[in-house]
Amino acid sequence: MKVLPNRNRRRIVQALSVVPLLSLPFSASTGENSFRFGMTPAFLHNQHALLEDWRLYMIRHLGLKVDFTQRDSYRETMDLIRLKQLDFAWLCDYPYLHLKDLVRLLAVPVYQGQSYYHSYFIVHKNNTQVDSILALKDKLFAYADPYSNSGYLVPRFEIHQAGYNPDNFFKKTFFTWSHKKVIESVASQLSQGGAVDSFVWDTLSKVSPSLTDQTRIMWKSPGYGFPPIVAQINNVNEQDFILMQSMLLDMSESREGQRLLTRLNLDGFSIQKTDLYDSVSNMMKVLGVFVST
Amino acid sequence: MIINFFNLSFKYKIPLWGSLLIILTTFSISLVLIYRSYNILENTLLNSAQNLGFTIAQTLAPTLLHDDIWRAFEIVKAPFHNIPSNHSGALESVFVLSIEHQILVSSQPKKLPMLSPVNQFFPELDKKLNQVHNQIITIIEPSSSKQLFVVIPVIDNNKQLATLVLNYSQESLNKPFFQSVISTLIICFIVLLILLPINWYWGQHMALPLVQLAKKMDSIPSFLPKKDEIDHYNYDDELGHLFDAYYRMLDSLHEKELLEQGIIKSERLAVVGRLTASIAHEINNPLAGMLTALDTLKQRGNLDDRTLHTLGLLERGLLQVRDTVAALLVEARHQKRNLSKQDVDDIKNLIKPMANKANLRLEININVPPTLPVPAGSIRQILMNLINNAIQSANTNGLISYSVIFDNNHLIIDVINSGSCISAEQMHHLFEPFVSYHEGGHGLGLWVTYQLVNQMEGKIEVESSDNQVRFTVTIPINSSSNER
Repeated sequence: MKVLPNRNRRRIVQALSVVPLLSLPFSASTGENSFRFGMTPAFLHNQHALLEDWRLYMIRHLGLKVDFTQRDSYRETMDLIRLKQLDFAWLCDYPYLHLKDLVRLLAVPVYQGQSYYHSYFIVHKNNTQVDSILALKDKLFAYADPYSNSGYLVPRFEIHQAGYNPDNFFKKTFFTWSHKKVIESVASQLSQGGAVDSFVWDTLSKVSPSLTDQTRIMWKSPGYGFPPIVAQINNVNEQDFILMQSMLLDMSESREGQRLLTRLNLDGFSIQKTDLYDSVSNMMKVLGVFVST
Repeated sequence: MIINFFNLSFKYKIPLWGSLLIILTTFSISLVLIYRSYNILENTLLNSAQNLGFTIAQTLAPTLLHDDIWRAFEIVKAPFHNIPSNHSGALESVFVLSIEHQILVSSQPKKLPMLSPVNQFFPELDKKLNQVHNQIITIIEPSSSKQLFVVIPVIDNNKQLATLVLNYSQESLNKPFFQSVISTLIICFIVLLILLPINWYWGQHMALPLVQLAKKMDSIPSFLPKKDEIDHYNYDDELGHLFDAYYRMLDSLHEKELLEQGIIKSERLAVVGRLTASIAHEINNPLAGMLTALDTLKQRGNLDDRTLHTLGLLERGLLQVRDTVAALLVEARHQKRNLSKQDVDDIKNLIKPMANKANLRLEININVPPTLPVPAGSIRQILMNLINNAIQSANTNGLISYSVIFDNNHLIIDVINSGSCISAEQMHHLFEPFVSYHEGGHGLGLWVTYQLVNQMEGKIEVESSDNQVRFTVTIPINSSSNER
């Protein structure tokens, strides 16, 4: 990784920090001197201060302009990748599998020493009786996003496995378009249950325990490959791929990178094979969800 | 009770009426303010409810079209953002009802869960909802409940998707009203606390002159008050006129009293005069006989010493009786000589050694024409008597001042001495015979003076004030006197 001398680096930071205001969010060009990074609700994507610090970190370490693009649903980010308007993205594993032909697995976050995460089925803390999703039949249930693995695919798979039709198992379901809001929905008792990304729940229980304290994890899924960071194959050449990959992998080695990782509640990033996501792919096949080939 | 109130003194009645008026005014203003604040509160609430409801309904339509429950939930929860639950004001909850009156989403899912029929929670609302026109904002205020509902249709392309309901609690609506009532009452109380004592002071102050006047007038038949016994009222209003009338009345009453006293006194003195004159005449006739008989007896001779001695005793006694009787019989009319300026000057010369002897300062002012048609003897006697009296009454090292002035057809004799004043009791008997206030005086000087003045149709006045006694004799002088 190319590291700029300190003085030059600061000058670049000063020069570039005003650029995002002027730049068009949807530039069709690959952008030789800038990267467009898509952020999704796979993690706490609304921590703006943290994201800005991470972006500035990337700019300093890549020597290139980086723009973050945030969308409230996976679908929108997926569309941007399809339209080649993003170079990199942090996706959930389910969208990743959908876009498998358009993206390349760049890095997988390491969380609690592993590249796995889980789906938590949560209920209100006062609901101490329920210990299975089957007990929530004909209740109100909150999904995170129709393209979320932990927040949509997993509960539907579990219902299917139990021999029910996930489409009419609950009295009513709705999407909150974010894992955090699934927790809010259950905490406010808008829904009696919800499915949520374990990484989001765990991180929130550290950041704002008053919210997660209102909920109780009644079931924890087996591990699935952690939502990966991917590169758009058409937009990102090998050099940029390696540049971004090594920047992420090196984060755990600098003090500043460490601090950012701690705030992201991650240990670091790792390189993984695509078969990490086979279990998700299997669930999709079982549920008859189209997987792009 | 009411009669008793009207019988009260103005001292209490004016401040009481004032207080009553102040209390009534303050309370009526407070009532108006309270009524206004209720109206303002109600209008503000309804306006804000309608604005809020309209905005929410507009935003809700797309979420309902897309069955986006979470967004709808976020929208209905928005009015409660950043407000602690116990301070959310009168707005208790916001919820969306389906056409079938089922709760689609509510700001309080725990209390009003999704997909439950609304009649489970607000049966009155459910009943009324069937009656209202669906296309306009309606306010439903069920009489039996403590809730108020603002109902707004959620419309997309002229089709009603759902009904938005803002639920206000009457109780928390009333809370700001009661707060404003309490603050109004506190202000009202403070105003009373300031105004009532001022009013009480003012009322008493206003009534004070009237009360004093009434008190003095009450005492008038039995006691005549002096003019300076009450504070003078300086203003020219009706009360001022009343005071003026009072002073005029006092003046005439005092004058009348003086007149009555003078009449009584002069009548008494006239009676005494007539009595003494007739007694003197009765005594004088036998006395003259007795003196003639004694004289005849002495002239016969051949009387031994002892008899002569006794006769002498008798003669001297009878002569003393004659002198005394002569003194009582004051007769000015028989004196023929008119007063000349020399007579007055003679008196001055006679007085000077006496004043010097008594260590008195003497101030004299004489202004008379060379002659005046008044009996010289009488005037001389009057002057001598009054000045003698003054010298005897004056303190050592005191002042005697007298003036004899002819002015406007009147001879005015003024004698002033710096002595102790004459008491009311002394004043009462001042001109009676044999009344003396000096050691060695026979008590006939002032009696004679009075008689002389009276006979010349003049008047004698006495003023006795602090360390000064003043006798003023005024004798009219006219052409007829000249002929006498």
